[in-house]
Amino acid sequence: MKVSVVVFPGTNCEIDTKYAYEKLNADVELVFHKDETLPTDTDLVVLPGGFSYGDYLRSAAIAQFSPIMKDVIKFAKNGGKVLGICNGFQMLLEMGLLEGAMKRNSNVHFISKYHHLRVINNENNFLQKLNIGDVINIPIAHGEGNYFIDEQGLEKLYANNQVLLKYADENGIDKNPNGSVDSIACICNENRNVFGLMPHPERAIETLLGSSDGVKMLEGLMES
Amino acid sequence: MKVIVNIQLKEGVLDPQGKAVHHALSALSFKEVDDVRIGKQIIMQVDETDKEKTIARVSEMCEELLANTVIENYEIEIA
Repeated sequence: MKVSVVVFPGTNCEIDTKYAYEKLNADVELVFHKDETLPTDTDLVVLPGGFSYGDYLRSAAIAQFSPIMKDVIKFAKNGGKVLGICNGFQMLLEMGLLEGAMKRNSNVHFISKYHHLRVINNENNFLQKLNIGDVINIPIAHGEGNYFIDEQGLEKLYANNQVLLKYADENGIDKNPNGSVDSIACICNENRNVFGLMPHPERAIETLLGSSDGVKMLEGLMES
Repeated sequence: MKVIVNIQLKEGVLDPQGKAVHHALSALSFKEVDDVRIGKQIIMQVDETDKEKTIARVSEMCEELLANTVIENYEIEIA
């Protein structure tokens, strides 16, 4: 299993992501944004969290034009698995690989804390090791995680089972930290090979450090 | 040629920043303010003399990078 983690100027979660996947016995390579091709044996591309290009203009607006991204788009269009975490999710939206857009959090603050999430759908690689209705506890850390999509788009997401996780309280009842439409925290594309979420599963891999709920998610992408 | 691009959230898209500023203005007793929307302005010097050509090129820039047309509208002004 080869995981390629793309590093942009301003990315700051690449080492955590590498650590997490190495702990799961994956072969992990950090790929620089100026490279033009992904390692040929790549099974999974992770766009990690951070503040690519300082989040200038809009969050993740500029990263999509990095040289490596042409190959990432090609990889995704050929059915390759791509996971965007936090800033990576914002990139996938800006690139149009996922639908919708991100706005400033509704309370206009940067939010950094553990937050519960409820599994809405598990018929996909990412959440296959979890059950619908499961409540998991994963850190969030973002200033622009206020997911927006118009009504038509939202209906389409639900109809195709593309809404995967929602923000919730510990009992699984919707609880919205950032103003996202319908408390949505994680979506995938129609083909179920591109996944984006604001919470950080790679920061929840040690029970001793608060939660290991992220392990099942990261592991899910390692199986076909 | 000097070009000014104004970018704003589309109508119907809630603007958290605008809302926060509106609250602050109310707290300062500027009660006459009904609504606040915050956008951004991009000012460019473009090496081109043809107005229409410039507008066409800047529109392309807006579609590709400067605005996120899922949530934002843009207006181009030649100064």
